[in-house]
Amino acid sequence: MTNAAVTKGGGLKVTARGDRAIVMTRLFDAPRELVFAALTEPELVQRWLLGPPNWSMPVCEIDLRAGGSYRYLWRNSDGREMSARGTFREIRPPDRIVHTERFDEPWYPGEAVITTALADSGGKTLLTVTLLYISKEARDSVLKSPMEGGVARSYDRLADLLSTLPTPGEARAARL
Amino acid sequence: MTSSQRLDATFAALADPTRRAILARLVSGEVSVTELAEPFAMSQPAISKHLKVLERAGLISRGRDAQRRPCRIEAKPLAEATDWLETYRKFWEDSFRRLDALLEEMKVASAKSAKRSMKKGKHR
Repeated sequence: MTNAAVTKGGGLKVTARGDRAIVMTRLFDAPRELVFAALTEPELVQRWLLGPPNWSMPVCEIDLRAGGSYRYLWRNSDGREMSARGTFREIRPPDRIVHTERFDEPWYPGEAVITTALADSGGKTLLTVTLLYISKEARDSVLKSPMEGGVARSYDRLADLLSTLPTPGEARAARL
Repeated sequence: MTSSQRLDATFAALADPTRRAILARLVSGEVSVTELAEPFAMSQPAISKHLKVLERAGLISRGRDAQRRPCRIEAKPLAEATDWLETYRKFWEDSFRRLDALLEEMKVASAKSAKRSMKKGKHR
């Protein structure tokens, strides 16, 4: 019960490591075998890897072997789609998966290499996902934009966002 | 343009500090090119080049007035770009919360099946 606060909400930690990597950790209140299954069996993946409430995952193909590929396609209630694919490099149940990732509409340059480690923590599972990007620029575009950027869903918030950007004077100073 | 090309154009346009500064200036209202060029130590043609990039990305529009051609900000592409990134960040938070629930279900199921196989074992 003491871990309820950790597993619900605040448990997700995202940090930068070195120049090119992002590390994400999260504790799950279940043994590694179950977490591994939930991460790799299509009918289970389709039930959770969905993001915000209005998204579904109509396509989830996983060929779980080294050299095998996967393809995910998400669709939201407005019909917007997002899809990713990649190849498995290493599969070691129940503690390690290495795969590549590329979005069909790229929002970071190149292909990322993702290492998923599942560590036993007294019957619970500590999930550590290391995302290695092709360059510092690619990593930073992932890390900075969603984590720190102002989010404009309306004109008001758009104005907030722009007010955090350099003013003309600052931009001129930056050029000099 | 596909939505992917539109996002590329938006991000490319935003990559330049002068163009971001121009957008920040336009948040407070319409401005002519002359007025816009003033605070930047830049010639009008140089500013016009930046405006063309912003216009192509759909981030600004230009008025019809042939003399002034005032610039105004168009919020939709920017909102699209930031929405997209926000979607990704929320993605993991929401997904992991759902995974918690799924794992609870799987634990119950595996405990039940363990009980069942123990019972079967007794009968044999």
